[in-house]
Parts: sequence; C-alpha cells; structure tokens
Amino acid sequence: MQITMTINGDEVSRDVEARVLLVHFIRDQVGLTGTHWGCDTSNCGACVVWLDGTPVKSCTVLAAMADGREVRTVEGMEHADGLDPVQQGFMECHGLQCGFCTPGMMLTTRWLLDHNPDPSEGEIREAISGQLCRCTGYDNIIKSVQWAAAHAREEAVTS
Amino acid sequence: MQTPPPFDYERATSVEHAIALLERLGPEARLVAGGHSLLPMMKLRLARPEHLIDINDLVSQLAYVRVESNELRIGAMTRHADVLASAVVREHMAMLVDAERVIADPIVRNRGTIGGSLCQADPSEDLSAAFSAAKATVVIQSASGSRNVAARELHTGPYETVVGPAEMLTEVRIPIRPGCGSAYEKVERRVGDWAVAAVGVCVWMQGATIGDIGIGLTAVGATHFCCPEAEDALRGKEPTEENIAAAAALASQHCNPQADQRGPAEYKRHLAGELTARALRRAVARAAGKDA
Repeated sequence: MQITMTINGDEVSRDVEARVLLVHFIRDQVGLTGTHWGCDTSNCGACVVWLDGTPVKSCTVLAAMADGREVRTVEGMEHADGLDPVQQGFMECHGLQCGFCTPGMMLTTRWLLDHNPDPSEGEIREAISGQLCRCTGYDNIIKSVQWAAAHAREEAVTS
Repeated sequence: MQTPPPFDYERATSVEHAIALLERLGPEARLVAGGHSLLPMMKLRLARPEHLIDINDLVSQLAYVRVESNELRIGAMTRHADVLASAVVREHMAMLVDAERVIADPIVRNRGTIGGSLCQADPSEDLSAAFSAAKATVVIQSASGSRNVAARELHTGPYETVVGPAEMLTEVRIPIRPGCGSAYEKVERRVGDWAVAAVGVCVWMQGATIGDIGIGLTAVGATHFCCPEAEDALRGKEPTEENIAAAAALASQHCNPQADQRGPAEYKRHLAGELTARALRRAVARAAGKDA
C-alpha cells in the first residue's frame, strides 16, 4: 500500500506492506537510522518518535497508521542555529554512554519540557520511566534534562 | 525481528464506517485502536486477524471525558494519558487516576485507549477491575443500534468479551452517586508491569455506613473481576477495621489465582485480601474528603 507522511517537515511517500512497523519504515525505507530499534515489545523506548506531536513507541505502531500524519525523529531536533538545548544538555552532562537509548530519551525530554518547562526530579524520572538505559546512566540523564530546562529558561529570559 | 503476520489494512473514518467494514470483512477482521495490546499479540502469532481496521481517526468522535445524565462518560478512544490527566475523572472517580498511573508507562499511555484495553480483555488488565468496582456500563454499538452492558458482564473469559464480530464498544458510563470514595491498589514486580494482583474499591457512604460498595479485582482469577461476597458483607455496615478484615478475608477466599512467573497462588491470594483492605481504607477516607 502507498503511504505518505511528513517526517521532520519533509513529505515522504513509499509503497509498503501493511504489516511494516513505523520503526522499520523510518530506519529501513527512509534511511533515518537515528531512531533505534530495541526490544520490539514496547518496553525499552529506544524507538520513541513523535506522532502528531506526541511521543510513541514506534515498534508498536504500524507505518500505515502514520499515513497522512506528522512524525518527528531525533534528526528533526536540531535547529537552524544549532543543537536543541536538550541535545546540548546530554552533551554537557554526559547524558549518554553507549548512546542507544539517547534518541528516545531526548525526544521524550523535549516533549516533557514543552509541557512542563521546570520539572522536578520526580517528574523527570516519571517521564522517562518507559525508557531503559542499559548503561544505567539515569543520574546523568536527569542532570541533562535539568541542564536543558535551566538553559532554555535562560534563553527565554535573555531573548 | 518481531513483525505481525500479513493482513489487509483499512482505515475507518466514523463509527458507522468501522461497523460497516466489520460487517463486510467478517469475523476475521479486528479493530485496532492504540494497538499496544493487539500488535504485540500479532507479533507473537497469538492473534492473526486477516483485516485490521484502524480506528484512530475516530479520536475526534470517541475521545472525551464528560459528565452527562449524572454519569461520568468516557469515550472508547480516550487515551490512557488523557484519563490520567483529567480533572473530571479525578473529581468523580479517583480510583481511575490511581489505576491509570500504574498502567504501563507514560509513552504507552500516550497511545493505548480505554476501549482497546477493555476489549483486549486480558485477565490481568487494570481498568476491567476498576470499572467493575465502579459498577460501570459500557455502550456497544452495531449497525442496528446500541446496547448497554454492565461492565461486570462484558467479559466472558480470558481475551473474550460479549462484543460481537460486527460490534464496537464506544463508551464507558460510570454512575455518579453521592458519598462516593474510591481507590485502586496494585502490586507489580516493576513499574509499568502487569499486576501481580490489584484491587479497586468504590464506596458510596450513607453517613457512617457503607450504603453500597463495589470491589474489583484483577490478575487473581476473580469471576467478572469482582467479589460480590465481600461487597455483601460490607453493605450497610460501618467500615471498621474488623469489618474491613472480614471483607478482605472473603476477597482472598473467593478468587482463583494461578501460579506463574509473577508469583505463587498463595501469595496472590494473600495480596487479594491485603489490597482489598488497603483500597477500602483509602476509598472510605476519600469519601470523607480526606486526601488519602
């Protein structure tokens, strides 16, 4: 079946089997390998992307279900003038070790900060509770989120 | 790689369209809402529908929480995250907020729907117990009209409901009655897992006595996810520790848990009683306006 969706602002159209999962569509058909394919069972969260503005686990969404919708992946986080503060925060605070969970963690973080610009540590832990870091680097991930929240606030004050 | 077996994909644009597709495609067609139960089942070949009818476009019609005719009405396509965030739900049935907070994880809750969860009819599903405790009714629509079914009569067995092959569950209705307090208690091995055992309790107080009560249990083999024996023992009584202990013992006795990787049957039986007592205390406190 022919499906068309917008990924990071670009319209993408492909002929796919109905059973193709969104994560494989993004990685194998479109070639955006920043979205990672992990557990296959909607547990690990490595495959998190935004679907119509909401984070979802793309291993448990059919590509066909995204037909006509908007998808945002980690490749769509960077702005014209540089990295998103979330990406910067993960760099500054060593929020990634092996990097496998990072795309999903960052997309969930961006969504959290869009809805709650000043989250408590508990709120951050809750927000990423559906995502696993096999390096167990959660403390640094939380620091990274806090860095992003603090620097987004600074930007908002100075601009 | 886990991929579902081949199927034909259709997308419904309205409830009527979804039902017409079900009628045309026959019993090997299944509706898919959030897909977070059905797609994993398909990956494991535990489900092999020939046709999937995607009803996510029905969010505009079936995703809502509202109060109408003295009922809390929740549309079948309401995502778990939206039930959790709903101030209206929190005001009228705090138990649902308790339950939603421990269903899967925030990202899964962004996608999964209450109608999908109910129709999946997993014997460990949380909302089945919560709606059983709340004495909810579900609305089931077909081409010839709609019928209302008590939540306690929805499930006919594991993964089976009374929803027919050309029918669709469209709404859950929870009666709003005075003196209400409710709570949901769950024990899980890790955050977001299926319950080892969980209990929802809804009380409707008349002064110091329990005027009416609903006790819902999941993951412990309780018939219709409820325990009428424990309810009968408390109706018309005061929620003293002695009466709570007696009801908890009945809940423990009248369930049929199976040993599995989540624990031995005796442990689950113990949990059924203990969680009944805990949920009862919190429900009664909430009915009295205490934030428990």
